[in-house]
Amino acid sequence: MKVLVAVKRVIDYNVKVRVKPDNTGVDLANVKMAMNPFCEIAVEEAVRLKEKGVASEIVVVSIGPKAAQEQIRTALALGADRGIHVETDDEVQSLEAAKLLKSVVEKEEPKLVILGKQSIDSDNNQTGQMLAALTGMAQGTFASEVVVEGEKVNVTREVDGGLMTVSLKLPAVVTTDLRLNEPRYASLPNIMKAKKKPLESMSPADLGVDIAPRLSTLKVEAPASRQAGVKVADVAELVDKLKNEAKVI
Amino acid sequence: MSILVIAEHDNSSLKQATLNVVAAAKAIGGDIDVLVAGENCSAVAEAAAKAEGVNKVLVADNAAYGHFLGENLGELVAEVGKGYSHILAAAGTVGKDFMPRVAALLDVAQVSDIMRVESEDTFVRPIYAGNAIATVKSSDSIKVITVRPTAFDPVAGEGGSAAVEQLDVVKDAGLSQFVSEELAKSDRPDLASAGIVVSGGRGMQNGDNFKMLEQVADLMGAAVGASRAAVDAGFVPNDMQVGQTGKIVAPQLYIAVGISGAIQHLAGMSDSKVIVAINKDEEAPIFQVADYGLVADLFEAVPQLEEELKKVL
Repeated sequence: MKVLVAVKRVIDYNVKVRVKPDNTGVDLANVKMAMNPFCEIAVEEAVRLKEKGVASEIVVVSIGPKAAQEQIRTALALGADRGIHVETDDEVQSLEAAKLLKSVVEKEEPKLVILGKQSIDSDNNQTGQMLAALTGMAQGTFASEVVVEGEKVNVTREVDGGLMTVSLKLPAVVTTDLRLNEPRYASLPNIMKAKKKPLESMSPADLGVDIAPRLSTLKVEAPASRQAGVKVADVAELVDKLKNEAKVI
Repeated sequence: MSILVIAEHDNSSLKQATLNVVAAAKAIGGDIDVLVAGENCSAVAEAAAKAEGVNKVLVADNAAYGHFLGENLGELVAEVGKGYSHILAAAGTVGKDFMPRVAALLDVAQVSDIMRVESEDTFVRPIYAGNAIATVKSSDSIKVITVRPTAFDPVAGEGGSAAVEQLDVVKDAGLSQFVSEELAKSDRPDLASAGIVVSGGRGMQNGDNFKMLEQVADLMGAAVGASRAAVDAGFVPNDMQVGQTGKIVAPQLYIAVGISGAIQHLAGMSDSKVIVAINKDEEAPIFQVADYGLVADLFEAVPQLEEELKKVL
């Protein structure tokens, strides 16, 4: 079966972000960018499904500026077969991303679509669910285990109280949690081979999707910083301060 | 304006997060109806009817909603929510699962995890693991919103007397089925709403050592949390994880033991009122946010803490 994986180019997770002085956003100039960590897990899961003989082809799709092709190439180096780049320099919000992905799903007809559960920049946690709704598919969100059995997929989900397993009809959408797998590293030969794999480029207009945002960001600020605390000498002093100074115990 | 709040519950009791969401709804202003969707959930509906500020409780009691499957809840809430200006749910795993589905079915954007209401269409939410705070304005006719419960003080759970109305809308998308669940059993308070949280990280070295933290937690009536490192290393189950991808907590007191304080962990606890860090590495980033820092080996400090607490509590 064919598996579609959506990946997003985001700021590297280790970077301490800086809010622009004019409060219009976060400063992305000269900042290290990378594949969203949850998307890496999605790619890895697709590759593992292929290694098990469950998936026959892995198509990776990314929406974003020209530079997002780097992240598609990374996915190709990790084992995806071909890439689709929906190129736009405009901001694409979750609902519009889901609509673009729906068009790609209609063209490609994958049995399984795997996305990360959230991107670490906008922290929305929406796109997979919205795509499932628009395509009328079942959804297995926050997956920590995915088992395909015939025309069904069993997904173990990380929920507030523990774990929950659901059985979904295929085609379905799965979004990954961190515990699903440990992504591999791309080897140099695979990175070289990935350069030759097919990568198709298209625009939102080609897919007939209006990507005008519904939410406007009025301002972006740095969070209130906490006042520097004090170091205590020993446990007795700590307990004394918690009881008599902070009065929290 | 009319606001629909989707109750969070376990079919037998109403979760406190619902009262926090009603508080967010009050901040928006307008009539507040609460939808209780579940299976054999009449006790939940009665509890919701007593919450302060609730106008009406709608009950959708059907096996289709028993396990809060996103496909079924999404269709139900999209249908019931059509007549409202705002649809709100707590940003727990249930709300995060079905609400974007509701938004897509209604063809509107969703505003996730709001921490403040500026006006009926403008909300404040964290981005980049809480390292930036965005004010966003929605131009949609229906605002679909998930609420960060810890950012709103709950309304009173008693004193209200809303009417309870049964809905006969049954939406079973037929796409998904519940198979099984494995819920962690604990007598300790719920992590997300606990007044005190004691968390351990990689420095705990193994799962058995978490018993030390549990003993301290039990003395204080605290919940026990963990960093991603501790969860990934298999010390404790994932539902204990505090952070950007785990639970967001904002207790009165947060005690971080053997946790370095990575950006992703701070995202889940930096709104705590008082933060205590116990770490042997005095360069650990956790000390930059800690109100009280103790540079010490946790294997000596935690048993001492237990002894000292026994003296004062």
